[in-house]
Amino acid sequence: MVQIKRIQEEGADIISVIGEIDASSSIELDLAIAKSVGEGFKKILVDCSALEYISSAGLGVFMSYIEEMKDKNIPLILFGMKEKVANTFQILGLADLLNIRENKQEAKKLADELSV
Amino acid sequence: MLKTKAIIRLAFLGSIIAWLVLVFSDVTVLFSDMKGLPPGVPVWLPRVMLDLFIVCLFYYYKFRVERDESLNFTDLLWKVFATGLIATVVSLVFRLVHNLLGTTTLTSNILFTDFIYQINLGLFISFLLAAYTSWKRLILYQKSKWLIRTWMVFEVCLFAVLVYDSFRIIIPETITTLILIFIGLLAIILSANMRWVAYLNFKQKWTCLLLLLLTFFYLGYFIYTVTRLSESINTQSTSFLDFNSHVFNLCLLAFVLVYSTFSFLVILFNLPTSSVFEQKLEEVVNFQRISQSIQTEQNEESVYNILLESSVSAVFADAAWLEIQSASDGNKLFTYKISERESQEIRDHLKNHNIKGALEQSSDKTKNLSKHLASLKGSRYRSLLAFPIIVKGETIGTLALLKELPEGFNKEMTRIVSAFSNQAGISIENFRLMEQAFQTERYKEELKIAKTVQKSLLPNSLETDPDFEISAFAESADEVGGDYYDTLRINDHLVALIIADVSGKGTTAAFHMSQMKGIFHSLAQQDLDPKEFMDRANRALAYCLERGSFISATYFVVDTTAKTIRYSRAGHCPVLYHKASTGITEYLKDKGTALGMVRGNDYCRLVETNVIQYASGDIMVLYTDGITEAKNQRGDEFDYDRLADALREVTDKKPSEIEKNITHRLYEFSGSKDINDDYTSMTIKFK
Repeated sequence: MVQIKRIQEEGADIISVIGEIDASSSIELDLAIAKSVGEGFKKILVDCSALEYISSAGLGVFMSYIEEMKDKNIPLILFGMKEKVANTFQILGLADLLNIRENKQEAKKLADELSV
Repeated sequence: MLKTKAIIRLAFLGSIIAWLVLVFSDVTVLFSDMKGLPPGVPVWLPRVMLDLFIVCLFYYYKFRVERDESLNFTDLLWKVFATGLIATVVSLVFRLVHNLLGTTTLTSNILFTDFIYQINLGLFISFLLAAYTSWKRLILYQKSKWLIRTWMVFEVCLFAVLVYDSFRIIIPETITTLILIFIGLLAIILSANMRWVAYLNFKQKWTCLLLLLLTFFYLGYFIYTVTRLSESINTQSTSFLDFNSHVFNLCLLAFVLVYSTFSFLVILFNLPTSSVFEQKLEEVVNFQRISQSIQTEQNEESVYNILLESSVSAVFADAAWLEIQSASDGNKLFTYKISERESQEIRDHLKNHNIKGALEQSSDKTKNLSKHLASLKGSRYRSLLAFPIIVKGETIGTLALLKELPEGFNKEMTRIVSAFSNQAGISIENFRLMEQAFQTERYKEELKIAKTVQKSLLPNSLETDPDFEISAFAESADEVGGDYYDTLRINDHLVALIIADVSGKGTTAAFHMSQMKGIFHSLAQQDLDPKEFMDRANRALAYCLERGSFISATYFVVDTTAKTIRYSRAGHCPVLYHKASTGITEYLKDKGTALGMVRGNDYCRLVETNVIQYASGDIMVLYTDGITEAKNQRGDEFDYDRLADALREVTDKKPSEIEKNITHRLYEFSGSKDINDDYTSMTIKFK
C-alpha cells in the first residue's frame, strides 16, 4: 500500500511516495500527478526516498506522463531512489526518458535549469 | 380402521335406524299409556334409542365436519346455517301439513302429535350436534395442551350425563346440581376461546354475524315448537319422551346458546378494530415484499418503489418522496403525489432554516416539524416525517412522508416506517453484495480465459539447429502475467529468437502478448537488423498498447555460418552469458528502452544492436523478472547473483538439465511451490 504526500516548496510541487506501488495503488499516484498538473504547477518533483518497490503499473504511470510533460514544458524529476528501484528504471531504459537525480538539491537545480 | 367414508355412512345409517326405533317405541309407549295397557316394549327403550341416536349423529358429524381439513371459519358457520335451514324447513313442512289437514281426527290424535314432536326433536338435536361440532372446531382452532385437556374433560362429562340419562341412575339432587354447575363452568371457560374471530376480515365478520343471528332464530324456533308440542302432549300423558327429560339435551342447548352469544358479541365489538388488524397484516406482507424484492427483482429501483408504496400505505400519508444519493448515477428522486419542485422547495426551506436532526437514526421523529412547514408559504402539508436509508453504515438517501394534517404521525407509524427503511437498507446492501460477488465470478472467468489464451501463444516446439541446443520453461501464476518467448527460422543459417514480458496482468496482458507474437512472426521473417526490428515493433505497438502499458523484449538473430549472435535489448532483463573459453558467467551490458515507452520517431535513438561471437560450449540464458524478483519467506529476492550461480553449477550440462537446476534452485530458495509471478526461461547451448 502507498501513502502519497504533497508539499510545495519554492513554486515546485513535491510528491512524496511512501511504500509500494502496485496495480491498485498506482491509481493514487496517477491521481496525485494529475492533480498537480491540473493545479498548474510548473515544476513537479517526486521524492522516491521512501519508495520500496514499484511494479510495472507504477512505471506505466510515470511513462504515461512523459509526453504530456514535454508538451506542457513541465519538468518531471524523480530523486532519492533506492538502489533496487533505480536499477529497475535503468534496465527498462526509463532512466533515459525521465529525469532522475540523487537528491532534492540536485533535483531542484535541474528543475530551475529546465524551466527557463 | 374403517375408512372415513364408511364410518360416515354407518353413523348416518345408525342414527336413522335409532331414530325410527325411537319413534316407534315412543309412540307405542304413549299408545299403551293412553289405552291403559301394559307397554309392549320396554319403557327404557325410547330414551336408550334417543341416546343411541345422539351418539350416532355425534360420530357422523365428527367425521363429516371435524375431520374435514378444508373448512375455514365462515364455511363452518355456513354448515351450521345449512343444517339449521334444512331442519327448520322440514319442520315447517310438517307444520304446514299439519295446518293443511286442519282439525281432523288425525291431527288431534295425540299419537300424531307425538310423531310430529319426535320429528322436531330429531331435527333439533341434529342441529344442536352440528352446531356443537362446528363450535368445537372453532374453539380448538389454536390448540394448547391445557385447552385440549379441558375439552376432553368436558366431553367425558357430557358423555357421563348421557349415560346417566340412559340408565336413570339415582343420584342425589345436590350432586346433580354440582355436576351441572361444573359442566356449566367448563362450558363458559371453553367459550372464552374466540381467537378465530381475529382472523376474519371485515366482510367475513359481517357474514358471521348474520349467520349467528340466523342460528339464534333457529334455536328460538325449535325451542318454541318443541315446547308447544310437548305442552300439548303433556295435557294428555306424561309418558312420552320429552326433550326436557334428558339432561344431556339441556346441557347441549345451553352450550350452543352460550357460545353463539359470546361469538356474536365478540364479533360485534371487534368490528371497529378489524381494520387495525388488517392494517397490521398488510404491513407484515409489505415488510416481506421489501426483504424479498432482491431475489425477485433485478435492480435497486424496485426496492425503492416498494419502500415508498409500503410506507405511504402504512401511515396513510398524503404525499411522500424518496431521495437517493449515488456517486455514480447522480441523485434520484422518487415521488408520490407531490411534484419534484414542491419537494425541492420543502427541502430547501428546511435546509435554510437549519433544521437538524430530522435525518439521524436516533432522533425522535414524532417531533413532527409541523411548525417549520407552517412557515413555508404555499405548502399544503403540515406534518413531515423523515427517515434515512442506511447501507453499510452510510446514509444513501432519505425517505420523507407528508400529511396535510398537523401532527398527523404517531409513534406506531414511526416504528413501522423505521422498520421498513431499515429493511430496505438491508435489502439494498444484500443486492450490492450480490452484484459484487457476481463481478468477482466474472473476473475469475476472465482470468481463466486469459490463461488459456496465454498458453496457446507459447510455441509448441522450438527451432532446432545442428549448431545449438535450446530448451524453454514456462510456469505461470494465477494472476496471468504476460511472458512470451518464441523462435523462428529465417533461412538455412539464420534463426530468430525472442523473449518478452508484457506489463500488467490479466486479460489485457494476454492480448498484448498475442499482438507481440504477431509482430515477431511478421517482422522476423524480414531478416532485419535487431535494432530495426525493435524500432518497427515499437511503431506497430504504439497503435495498440494502452496508456501506461509497455513491453520489454530482447530479440536475437543467430547466424550459424558466421557464428554470431546479433541482438537488441529493449528494456528487458540483461542476458546471462557463459563464455566457455574464459569460464566466466556474467550479464551482458547494453542499453535499450522498453517498447511502448516512446511512441514517436525518437525511439530508434534509444535501442542499439549488439554483436557477440559465440563458440562451442557457450551458454545463453534468457529469462523474465519473475525469476529474479522471486521472494523467499524473509522477503529477500532471488536476484541476479543466485541465477548466475545456478548456471555456473551446471555449465557442462545440456540445456534441459541447466533449466532443471535453475528451477530447482529457484524453488529451493522461495521455499514453496506457490508463485505470484510467471517464471519463464529459455536456455541455449552452442555445440
